[in-house]
Amino acid sequence: MTPAGPAQSMNQEKPAPPPPTVAAPQAPLAPGADTPLKVEVHDLNVYFRANHAIRHVSLGVNPQTVLAVIGPSGCGKSTFIRALNRMHDLVPGARVEGKVFVDGKDLYARGIDPVLLRRRVGMVFQRPNPFPTMSIFENVAAGLTLNGMGGNHQEIVERVLRQAALWDEVKDRLKHAGTSLSGGQQQRLCIARALAVEPEVLLMDEPASALDPIATAKIEELIHELKEKYTIIIVTHSMQQAARVSDNTAFFYLGELIEIGPTAQIFTNPRERRTEDYVTGKFG
Amino acid sequence: MSFLNSSFTYRKIVDRGMAVVCAICFIAAFIPLVSVLWLVISKGAAGLSWAFFTELPRPVGEEGGGIGNALVGTLYMVGLACIIGLPLGVGAGVYLAEKGDGTIGNTVRFMAEVLSGVPSIVIGIVAYALVVIPMGHFSAWAGAVALAILMIPTLARATEELVRLVPGSLREASLALGVPNWKTSLRVIIRTAMGGIVTACLLAVARAAGETAPLLFTALNNQYWNINPSAPTASLTVAIFNYAISPYDDWHAKAWTASLVLLIVVGLLNIASRFLTRSRLKGAR
Repeated sequence: MTPAGPAQSMNQEKPAPPPPTVAAPQAPLAPGADTPLKVEVHDLNVYFRANHAIRHVSLGVNPQTVLAVIGPSGCGKSTFIRALNRMHDLVPGARVEGKVFVDGKDLYARGIDPVLLRRRVGMVFQRPNPFPTMSIFENVAAGLTLNGMGGNHQEIVERVLRQAALWDEVKDRLKHAGTSLSGGQQQRLCIARALAVEPEVLLMDEPASALDPIATAKIEELIHELKEKYTIIIVTHSMQQAARVSDNTAFFYLGELIEIGPTAQIFTNPRERRTEDYVTGKFG
Repeated sequence: MSFLNSSFTYRKIVDRGMAVVCAICFIAAFIPLVSVLWLVISKGAAGLSWAFFTELPRPVGEEGGGIGNALVGTLYMVGLACIIGLPLGVGAGVYLAEKGDGTIGNTVRFMAEVLSGVPSIVIGIVAYALVVIPMGHFSAWAGAVALAILMIPTLARATEELVRLVPGSLREASLALGVPNWKTSLRVIIRTAMGGIVTACLLAVARAAGETAPLLFTALNNQYWNINPSAPTASLTVAIFNYAISPYDDWHAKAWTASLVLLIVVGLLNIASRFLTRSRLKGAR
């Protein structure tokens, strides 16, 4: 840590390549020699009191790619991505061990402010959760106003609502309650809200699981577009969705990372038997 | 087939029967409510006049006069009680909801529960010992302190419940935007619960305005206008009490009319709570 504070120091070059504490199950997704990984996880363990929920997970995510995290219910997918923006900090009894690097900076190093970190690693949740006391506009601008961030809020709100493919549907009723929108619209509103604080990494925890097929298709289309600017890690129950939206797929089972690789390979030619059984529907 | 039919008929009968039972319960609960209103209005409405709201009470035997000083005294003391009680009650409730899972929180919660069950006359005696005796005389302060002590525990518990009702997903959403924890509590969680908290406050105020026992030996009474917090002060409830136990028919009528005024004050507070908690947003649910 430099004395300049976490926000600045997180933007600096990483001081030294992090020593992998255990051999990754698979080599981190073949990073090009000169493209550093956006997100790098080394031997991550999450405990809820005595329950060892995530076991020795190591993986890497290239910038501007989509990583899908799949696996049966209760395998730790959500627990895993919530560790990537330190959402476990507030859960009593939760403990995280290991290292998570974003742009070469360890999120769990001493002196990292989780508040500043979360502005760089945005999150979209399973159920749309717009703030009920706020209008559509206020919801999108919430991160900006609550964090006292400057800039032209009008402009930013319009831009991110366009990015989230919601602008045309809400431009005439920005002052209406955020909760007056349909479920699919609310979820895109939440995506817009997450984008407004300009994160670099976007975590999505089953963002379409509460939505109908049309709304789901819109969200998936959106992920394709967002990929050009953001690095996305998406948890999904739907293997079809993983196949459609992701470049790489990680298969979790019982808190362990079983296999990670290019999505096409995971679905057509997995190395592990358990992966094959899961993606072919033998268990799940 | 006949079996299906008979079970269908049976269900229909039970359904009707239950609906009737519920309707009877509703009416039984409604009768006292309506009769109280009817009695107070029918006996009290005759005495309502502008003078009743604006004039001082007159001595026995003299016609006219009002309870203006008691009305002002009630509003004044309840206002003082709010200044003391609302911040403490709401603050304690927010603390219990946000940080109250440890030993301190459990102790505070237990105390609040015990305190909210204490009869109001006991609280009046406590305020007498705490404020009246050291000051050496009855005062609006003492009355306000008694009312505030009455408001704090119920308000704390109500606020706690309301803040806990705010879905955890909103906290997560705010934290994920990089909003600090304290700001999330203040600007997202409490703001979301605010409608309910305002209602709880107004109900606590309405309850305090209707209390007699805590005022009897704290604020006592006063025949004249008073806004000096260190002086004894009249209140509607004590005025009703004094008028009602008097042997004069004229004063009995005044007690009914003062009761009606008190009902109106409390009713207005309830209506105000509905009005204040309506969402300003279009299409809000």
